[in-house]
Amino acid sequence: MHTKKYGIYGGQFVPELLMPALEDLESEYNKFSKNPDFLKDLTYYLTDFAGRKTPLYYARNLSKKYGIKIYLKREDLVHGGAHKLNNTIGQALLAKYMGKKRIVAETGAGQHGTATSMAGATLELDTLIYMGSKDVKRQMTNVQRMKMLGSGVKAVETGSKTLKDAINEALRDWVTNIETTHYLIGSVVGPHPYPMIVRDFQSVIGNEVKKQILEKEGRFPDSIVACAGGGSNAIGIFYPFINENNVKLFAVEAGGNSMQVTDKAAMHSASMCSGEIGILHGACTKVLQNREGQILESHSISAGLDYSGVGPELAYFAENGRVSPCNVTDNEALNAFHELCFTEGIIPALESSHALAYVMKNAKSGLLGDLVVVNLSGRGDKDLNTVINITGDSYENC
Amino acid sequence: MKIAEKFEELRENKESALIAYICAGDPDSHVTKSAVETLVEGGADIVELGLPFSDPIADGPTIQEASDRAIRKGMNPDKYFELVKSLSVKVPLICMTYYNIIHKYGIRSFVDSCIEARISGIIVPDLPIEESTELKQCCENNNIDLIHLISPITNDERLKKILNNSSGFLYLISQTGVTGSDSNIDSGLESLIKKIKKYTDTPVAVGFGISNLSQVRNIISYGADGVIAGSVFVKTIASGKNMEHELLQIAKELKMGTRHD
Repeated sequence: MHTKKYGIYGGQFVPELLMPALEDLESEYNKFSKNPDFLKDLTYYLTDFAGRKTPLYYARNLSKKYGIKIYLKREDLVHGGAHKLNNTIGQALLAKYMGKKRIVAETGAGQHGTATSMAGATLELDTLIYMGSKDVKRQMTNVQRMKMLGSGVKAVETGSKTLKDAINEALRDWVTNIETTHYLIGSVVGPHPYPMIVRDFQSVIGNEVKKQILEKEGRFPDSIVACAGGGSNAIGIFYPFINENNVKLFAVEAGGNSMQVTDKAAMHSASMCSGEIGILHGACTKVLQNREGQILESHSISAGLDYSGVGPELAYFAENGRVSPCNVTDNEALNAFHELCFTEGIIPALESSHALAYVMKNAKSGLLGDLVVVNLSGRGDKDLNTVINITGDSYENC
Repeated sequence: MKIAEKFEELRENKESALIAYICAGDPDSHVTKSAVETLVEGGADIVELGLPFSDPIADGPTIQEASDRAIRKGMNPDKYFELVKSLSVKVPLICMTYYNIIHKYGIRSFVDSCIEARISGIIVPDLPIEESTELKQCCENNNIDLIHLISPITNDERLKKILNNSSGFLYLISQTGVTGSDSNIDSGLESLIKKIKKYTDTPVAVGFGISNLSQVRNIISYGADGVIAGSVFVKTIASGKNMEHELLQIAKELKMGTRHD
């Protein structure tokens, strides 16, 4: 039982109906993750479908400006435009090997939904995506993409009508159709074994970085910086370095408008920085909650970080000091977004812009050392509307 | 009143239990109070009163919406216990809530408040047996039943673990799904009830999707000691029309199905 937890975090706080499915998923995963055919298929899809490995790019202009060496791990170049596909292709393949015919997934901004739809299409799985009705309205392009890829998209009208309600609804679907269906969760959250499975599939990022940085620099970086909502891109790049104690690991959360919290909502999504221990979506972790234990709605300019919880393993590493949780505001992320566009010719996702902003803010202080790797977890094409709505379409002041 | 005593009393009267669920504070404490009284008048033998949580993953849309309404109107643990204390009904009361609410309140304090409010049992649908050790211990020390759920796909190994820890009654989920789904009660349920009864003397009550007399009759004929109905009452409260009259009629109808003849 202790293996299902990271310290006090993690576990399986789910309805009894899900317990046999979780036990089944764990044993099937343990079996197939060592199966040569499965691994061969996974490599095939990761290499020629997803486009791995992704470059570790030495950002010359940025490095010059800040006086330290800054490398960008280019997950924005993965098929679909983000690291999400590493996990969806892995889990969809697992579902296929488990003999499931159908996958369901939740999505906030639509990135995980799109990556799931891509994996579902190529692996010929019947795919249904749950999305809060508020998000459906905000992210119409992604809704169309998912439909074009052959998925059903179901708008969720309950609760706050956003990501956390989409997860609730996907869990309910899974509970109802457990025999035929795999729930393809999009981050290192949820009940065990999900945080472990998603971490393993995303660890391809950090494993590549390990080799690449040795080839380019002959040593490990002084620090690695990644944004964290649920935390899958962060744990994916951190995990292979977890025992390299000289490498500092920074998980940058969304500081939103401010660190204020009302009885109903937080103005941010920084659950590691300011949340409390609680139970959400099947796991014990750091959550944003009010004093009565109701989960607060979160806020971030970046939909992918807008979540009231965080992966339990990341909460554990934050508590034991291995990972340093920190946060930047919406505005700082927005400025970093523009700066990367201009200086490096790369449009970053607003999520990844949080990691960039933290580096820009702290590069000169010495905190990060001389050699930094930033996980550029996704590209920003999806965010153009959000950015234009705030900044307008003239950038002369940037 | 203890849950076990209630089942004993019912057995002597050749009846099974009608367990009625509603969500506290939906739409406000006043309505909840009169709804509980009406349900008991209509024949509810045990009342399960939900303490709402923002993210109730085991519940369907009906109860999720009821929880949202109650939370918006300010229902919280303190008001909940106040409300329960104000009830004058004589039947056993059960608190149904999610684990984060209890965790945040503090396990010991929560159980203490339950005792003070004369609550006889607690149901936590997102707390499987493996995670329940601490709450279980605290409930046992204080003579409160922690009621566990069993599903049609719970395997034998888990079933035994759950049965060994059972108290009050066993909450058997009629089918895979969430509360309030359309139920097709089938003979699979009968063999499951028979299997459970072979291993334990703890009463078995069946819930999820129970809304009419013929379902109740079938379930009771399969050997169940009770039925749990929730969404059907919650919907009636939400519609607001002739609420008390409607609740009374539904409770009476369902109760009819629990009398053995």
